[in-house]
Amino acid sequence: MAMPKHARDGWLLSIPALILLAFGAAGPLLIVFIYAFLEPGDFSGVVWNFTTEAWFRVFFERDIFDGTVSMADAHLTIFWRSVKLSLLTTLITFLIGFPMAWFIATQPPNRRPAWLFLITIPFWTNLLIRTFAILEVLRNQGLLNSFLLWLGVIDQPLQILYTDNAVLIGMAYVYLPLMVLPLFAAIDRFDFRLIEASYDLYASRWQVLRRIILPITRPGIVAGSILVFVPSLGAYVTPRILGGGKNMMVGNFIELQFGQGRNWPLGAALSMLLLVIVLVALLAYVRVTSGSERRDA
Amino acid sequence: MRDRKFSITRMPGFATVAIAAFVLLYVPIVTMVIYSFNASDSVALWGGFSLRWYAIAWENEFVQQATIRSLVIAVSAALIASVLATLAALGTTRRPSFKGQTLIYVMINQPLMVPEIVTAVALLIFFAGIKVATGYTGLLYLIIAHAAFCVPFAYLPIRARLEGMDLTLERAAADLYATPFQTFRRVTLPLLAPGIAAGAMLSFVISLDDVIITEFVKSAGQDTLPTYMLGQLRRAVTPEVNAISTALLVLTVLLLTAFFLLTRKRD
Amino acid sequence: MTQETAVEAIAAARHYGTGSTAVKALDEVSISIRKGEFFTLLGPSGCGKTTLLRLIAGFETPTSGQILLSGKDITHIPPNERRVNTVFQSYALFPHLTVARNIAFGLEMLGRPNAEIDNRVKEMLALVQMEQMAERKPAMLSGGQQQRVALARALAPAPEVLLLDEPLSALDLKLRKEMQLELKRLQTKTGITFVFVTHDQEEALTMSDRIGVMKSGKLLQVGGPRDIYNAPVNRFVADFIGETNFLKGQLANGQVTLATGETLPLPDATGSGEVTLAIRPEQIRIAPDGPITAKLKQTVYFGTDTHCHLALADGSEIVARLQSPPSGETGLQEGETLRIAPVQGAVQILQED
Repeated sequence: MAMPKHARDGWLLSIPALILLAFGAAGPLLIVFIYAFLEPGDFSGVVWNFTTEAWFRVFFERDIFDGTVSMADAHLTIFWRSVKLSLLTTLITFLIGFPMAWFIATQPPNRRPAWLFLITIPFWTNLLIRTFAILEVLRNQGLLNSFLLWLGVIDQPLQILYTDNAVLIGMAYVYLPLMVLPLFAAIDRFDFRLIEASYDLYASRWQVLRRIILPITRPGIVAGSILVFVPSLGAYVTPRILGGGKNMMVGNFIELQFGQGRNWPLGAALSMLLLVIVLVALLAYVRVTSGSERRDA
Repeated sequence: MRDRKFSITRMPGFATVAIAAFVLLYVPIVTMVIYSFNASDSVALWGGFSLRWYAIAWENEFVQQATIRSLVIAVSAALIASVLATLAALGTTRRPSFKGQTLIYVMINQPLMVPEIVTAVALLIFFAGIKVATGYTGLLYLIIAHAAFCVPFAYLPIRARLEGMDLTLERAAADLYATPFQTFRRVTLPLLAPGIAAGAMLSFVISLDDVIITEFVKSAGQDTLPTYMLGQLRRAVTPEVNAISTALLVLTVLLLTAFFLLTRKRD
Repeated sequence: MTQETAVEAIAAARHYGTGSTAVKALDEVSISIRKGEFFTLLGPSGCGKTTLLRLIAGFETPTSGQILLSGKDITHIPPNERRVNTVFQSYALFPHLTVARNIAFGLEMLGRPNAEIDNRVKEMLALVQMEQMAERKPAMLSGGQQQRVALARALAPAPEVLLLDEPLSALDLKLRKEMQLELKRLQTKTGITFVFVTHDQEEALTMSDRIGVMKSGKLLQVGGPRDIYNAPVNRFVADFIGETNFLKGQLANGQVTLATGETLPLPDATGSGEVTLAIRPEQIRIAPDGPITAKLKQTVYFGTDTHCHLALADGSEIVARLQSPPSGETGLQEGETLRIAPVQGAVQILQED
């Protein structure tokens, strides 16, 4: 069957980009998938024997001496910490980001671009730089402790750095702009006359927020949550710098398998698991947003 | 036009939270910028204004090399990504939908969907194999990896620009005896230029910022600025890293401003 | 109809901006709207009619003056505490709620029991003949249907006053005519005070008990449709409502000397000096003994009537509207010189603006 001309041209024009992506992004994922079913090599790399040992080791561990099997508590702790910190990061950025987005969207049109620009600068500023910046604030002699000491709230510097709290604060700080921008887009599209209609129909401010604004801006809320949750779950730089190596998240644990841990198949299996969780979240997002679009159409 | 006394858009506490959040967003960045001008060795104590750390960073051979490497990679990746993304955008917009179009979308946006650490691991495995097989350990691996994850960032503004373009302009060109190539060269491309420039700029910034993928793909002695900075980090940020960060921040702000002006003026 | 007052504005003013650049959207307007009447605020865009409506609804607060609802000062009461509902120009239906949930919204906010809400929603759906559409989302409705839902939603909480902000402007002509009758029917049936804002004079004339004509933030005239049409207080009102011919002249001793030199007897007129006369086109007759000479420049056939464009001796033009005879031919020749006369009592003497 001959391809119609517009389809053939479409493919021909897209093929260079697809080839680059096949080599530079998508293709290698397939190799990770295969590696997850191989035996680890002695120092690094793999031995080409099929086994599901790596997957077994993701969830369980065998005692070296008597061979008894138990849950891999260390792995589960890391996964649980990753999910917990990512969910909390999403929640915190939403609670702060929604008022920010609302504030920007309700500014007079001539002042709005300036506020948007203020949120865009951190958005595009190097994640590493912003993590360094928050690191300086959280240190024992940093701005936060100095401020709290000055206030007299504490009389000893708090050890914030290298704790889960530091990772949480850091992730909320670096991912906040990712939440604000889609929320702003949703609120900006929002028809403010609907608020007049709600007040006209005796709704209180809280009822307007809960019954009208939040449901209608839901696609933006979901988009922002996904944009924050997905990179939080796979975060590497922020937990490495602020968690100080002890408070690992999945991303750091995966890296460990390709560095000191030297268990490539386990690292590959962990990567695939992380990928699956993220894809499930993305699919849920597509379902939720396309569903609401259909209803609003 | 909205009344000051009763504002329908006012939500109690929202403005306070928003302003406080903006302040908190900038306090760390501003502190970092201020301390990059600190004369003392300490990152905590203020020893007077000085450009000392900028000079030290400037004269550091590793920083120089890493800067040049970062720029070479970012420029190459931005060029490759914007050219390929332009072609793909022309192929996937403004024509009847065709079989496999969704697949192309998914492929192009794939780097946005996969956690960076997973892509980094995948590239590490893939390129490690090729490095052993070919013996080549140059910058090309980093350029390919960067170009690949820049493609979706270049694709988005170009596609948006194309979709907003008036089809009748090209019909008018054809009506005035322009061949399809002439139409593209004389009408489509000039109209598309701001979108392509925006896409290239975003790609440049994204490439310049990357840590994780670079960290996994680079061969020995191939540090870029971000991986160099990450490597320098021990217990605290050194004033030298502060200075480099500030310089990078300024570069980002300048590019962003250009990007804003570019996209606003033409629309 | 009782003479009790539903809504009252006392010297209500609304300025945008401050100092010398301030725009007076509403300039100390006082108005009193009676319980149960269909009151229309009529005027061109920017005349302040929507601002007045928004002050009554509570979306804006007057710069000075007061708004009373049933005699109570509500000037500083927020909109969600006023028993006033609005039918918005854009309808403002909640896109994420069904038709039934939209109609229930106000009652839910008032905390009414569910059983009452359900009954009331059914009643409202029946009232606007939308029973079949209860579970649809607003986006799936036509403009006319959305209009009905907006009406039902605003009527459901049984407000003391219903405000309608040009609700028919988005509909096509045929639907608009239907909805005009529908609105009038609903108003009569529910007995609720309607305050209707429009720039369409025909809409105002056909639907209203009383009309308030506004211009540049001021209320020019309030009265029944017939009063407004037949006895406009000034040139603007006469011109804005229906078509009118204006003639300038000197009034003295019960007759007006026109610019053409001809005299028009107006035995009821008192006073003297320069005046403007307003004569409706349909109030001009061709009469062999008429006081005014005119040359027929053009006739335009409109079906039920024929418009005759006439030039007076001084070059000014007026239009006369003659009922078309059964044959459709008036028998008049373009270029012909005629004598015309206004119908007895049809000439209005206007104040200068």
